[in-house]
Amino acid sequence: MSNLVDLVAHNPLLLMEAALNGLLLGGVLALLALGLNLIFGVLDIVWIVYVDLVMLAMYLVYFLVQVYGWPLWLGALGGVALGTVLGVAVHLLIITPILGSPPVNQLLATGGLLFFIQSLATFLWTTDHRSIRLTLPTLEIGGMFVSFARLIAFVLAVLVMIGLYFFLTRTYIGTAIRAVSQDRGAMALMGADPQRIYIVTSAVGGALAGVAAALMSIQYSVHPYFGAAFGPITFMICVLGGLGNMVGAFIASFILSEIISIGGVVWSTEMGYVIAFALFIVLMFIRPGGILARRQ
Amino acid sequence: MSGDAPSMLELRGITAGYGHFTALWDVSLRVAAGEAVAVVGPNGAGKTTLLRVISGVIAPRSGELSFEGTALGGRPAHEIVAHGIAHVPEGRRLFPALTVADNLRMGAFLPAARKSYGESLARVFTLFPVLAERQRQRAGSLSGGEQQMLAIGRALMSRPRLILFDEPSMGLAPVMVLRLFDLIRRVREDGYTILVVEQNVRQVLKLADRAYLLEVGRVRMEGRADELGEQDFIRKAYVGL
Amino acid sequence: MTAARGLAGVALALLAVLPWVPMGGMREYVVFVMVQIFIWSFIGQAWSLMGRFGLVSLGHGAFLGVGAYTSTLLWNFYGLTPWLGTLVAMAAAVVLALVVAYPCSRFGIIGHYFALVTLAVGEVIRLLLIAERDWTGGSLGLTVKPVGRDASLWALQYADKRIFYFGALVVWLGGLWVWRRLDRSMARAAMEAIGEDEMAAASVGIRVTRFKLGITALSAALTAVGGVLYAQYITYVNPETLAGVGVSLRIVFAVVLGGMYSLLGPTVGTALTIALSEYLRIVFGVKLIGMAETIYGLVLVLCIIFLPAGIYGSARELFRRRVPAQAAG
Repeated sequence: MSNLVDLVAHNPLLLMEAALNGLLLGGVLALLALGLNLIFGVLDIVWIVYVDLVMLAMYLVYFLVQVYGWPLWLGALGGVALGTVLGVAVHLLIITPILGSPPVNQLLATGGLLFFIQSLATFLWTTDHRSIRLTLPTLEIGGMFVSFARLIAFVLAVLVMIGLYFFLTRTYIGTAIRAVSQDRGAMALMGADPQRIYIVTSAVGGALAGVAAALMSIQYSVHPYFGAAFGPITFMICVLGGLGNMVGAFIASFILSEIISIGGVVWSTEMGYVIAFALFIVLMFIRPGGILARRQ
Repeated sequence: MSGDAPSMLELRGITAGYGHFTALWDVSLRVAAGEAVAVVGPNGAGKTTLLRVISGVIAPRSGELSFEGTALGGRPAHEIVAHGIAHVPEGRRLFPALTVADNLRMGAFLPAARKSYGESLARVFTLFPVLAERQRQRAGSLSGGEQQMLAIGRALMSRPRLILFDEPSMGLAPVMVLRLFDLIRRVREDGYTILVVEQNVRQVLKLADRAYLLEVGRVRMEGRADELGEQDFIRKAYVGL
Repeated sequence: MTAARGLAGVALALLAVLPWVPMGGMREYVVFVMVQIFIWSFIGQAWSLMGRFGLVSLGHGAFLGVGAYTSTLLWNFYGLTPWLGTLVAMAAAVVLALVVAYPCSRFGIIGHYFALVTLAVGEVIRLLLIAERDWTGGSLGLTVKPVGRDASLWALQYADKRIFYFGALVVWLGGLWVWRRLDRSMARAAMEAIGEDEMAAASVGIRVTRFKLGITALSAALTAVGGVLYAQYITYVNPETLAGVGVSLRIVFAVVLGGMYSLLGPTVGTALTIALSEYLRIVFGVKLIGMAETIYGLVLVLCIIFLPAGIYGSARELFRRRVPAQAAG
């Protein structure tokens, strides 16, 4: 606690900077949490491997931009495209065969895929960190330093989330996806082929992962264990916000990224997680099922 | 037997169940175009299972199921809807967080239904004006009677020729139950063929042309609704007279 | 029954003499692998106490880590014998288990959501171990302080690894015994009812929360013991190998592939997965880094998709089909 008091007293700017960075990070993390929740809401399956799909898309962006010299925006689109393809592929190859299996098998299927993808990435590209050489400025806002890349990523993430919102509420298939997440069997009674809806959902989830990959490529370097770095945060957000709850995930993304960012500056990043988890436990006791959970 | 009118829906020797449990044994049933048929019986008789077999939610283990001449047994639910059968499920199964309007939109998922969306919607609002008023309201916040109307309206959006009603009066206050059966009568008068599974024997026999009594998974009796209603034991056991 | 008993007796006898069987220089390695199999089977068995009743935990690494680090830290810093350290470790694991399981149980968090929560727990423990690097050594891990002499019962350290072999064998048998006891108890019937339909179970008076917490606590305590055993055997602990997603998933895989509902399922599964990973390690060695793991992951995914009942379960199915069943009533 003394660390925290110290900082507030002597270096409040550092804290505020951490808070701002946390906010910006939260934007991108929200994309991941929303994607995971979207898929869970419709399919009732948690894709443990989700953040590793982001990792694969990041490698693509890296190769396209850094190795083949494509312009950044095109490489980013490539990442989104790969994400979408991966989403559909995972659904068709891994999820569809185990749709009726007991939950433990379903979890192991995506878990095994996680092993497979991480090791394959290690085999193909070694554990070296790869990053896109970008010189983007660092802005100074009121004495705080903010990376321009991070700011851009945040803005784009918010735009994508707004797009997702309109997709889910204004388009036909988006409404159908929401309907299925509320009552899976009833949609079939309306003449909707469930598999079609699952595929669209997986594609959208994958696309979100692809967008996140593009946005992270300009901030972080990629390596096979990228999933181990961001996976736990994503899972924690989903748990905190209530699995299947999109609004909860959105809110939880920012809460968690603030805790981790500020905790990281005061103690250590790892401690940030511990605090976040402790918060989760406390919230569980006060408010069951996550912050605003509707599903159980 | 009302054998004159051609059968729209025909079940022959259907046996079906869940896992090791068999809920229906060798059930045969027919519904002619334009008819209103009731299926009554005690709890656990297999009435809901029967509707699930017809609408494709579960596949029959043996027997034949045909609709307007096409064999439909074992086909998945979404295909059966495309053939013209709509199922108003037990407990309604509305999408609670979606608005009334969105629930109705979802009912028109089929391409053919989407083409005549405007027309279908107008029809539903004529039948159930209260739904037009509450268009923007979340389905979960409607009253029991309104929810049932929405469930029926949603089924109508798929432009069916046959509508299956699974325990429509369940959970409704007695005054609503009378209104409900009036509404089902109106739906029938609009030209839809209907098959109603109900616990409220008295009301449904008033509405139907023919009826089947299902007990422990088998057809125990069948005949004209008014005749069935006269049978002593039905009166005592189910109608409560 | 006696045939099975006889077979078990023979198997046990073989296992007992294994460390003395001449194996042309391979013996140390074989003993090493066997001890791994005993320890991880024991841990898998502990996991399966929850898993078989639908409480799927993907975070058992948390209990392993808590167990291993508790006893190691107490020994390294306070000289507390691991025998007592184990008791403290078990208590710590139980506390953690209850803190997480209680809200989950009371508020109906089951299935995938529960698995996700346990995943988070596992990761948090791993991160906590890394964060407190001043005493835990962070990602570099911690070595169990050597006591210097050849063998010490007090310190639970032995130069002759064959003693560990017997210790692990006994603990493994102990795990089987606990499983058997539970399988035959009232608790098992209650848990199955809970697994099928919690509300129905509650309505007939089964104290759902109490049973779930009990099973979870037992599973956690035993897993912690496994962690201590592993730490004492390898004399080195590290957050990656003991906590986190990787180890948690491996435990679950081994049990599910071997068969979650049978006594020997976890052991069979563990033996097979360890054999597979050792084989791949030998074949690929340091060439093609990552290929061994890739194939391992691929095999696991394929097995889960195509052998949903696990190897044991599928073998049983095959056997049952060969022997014609009695006509069903």
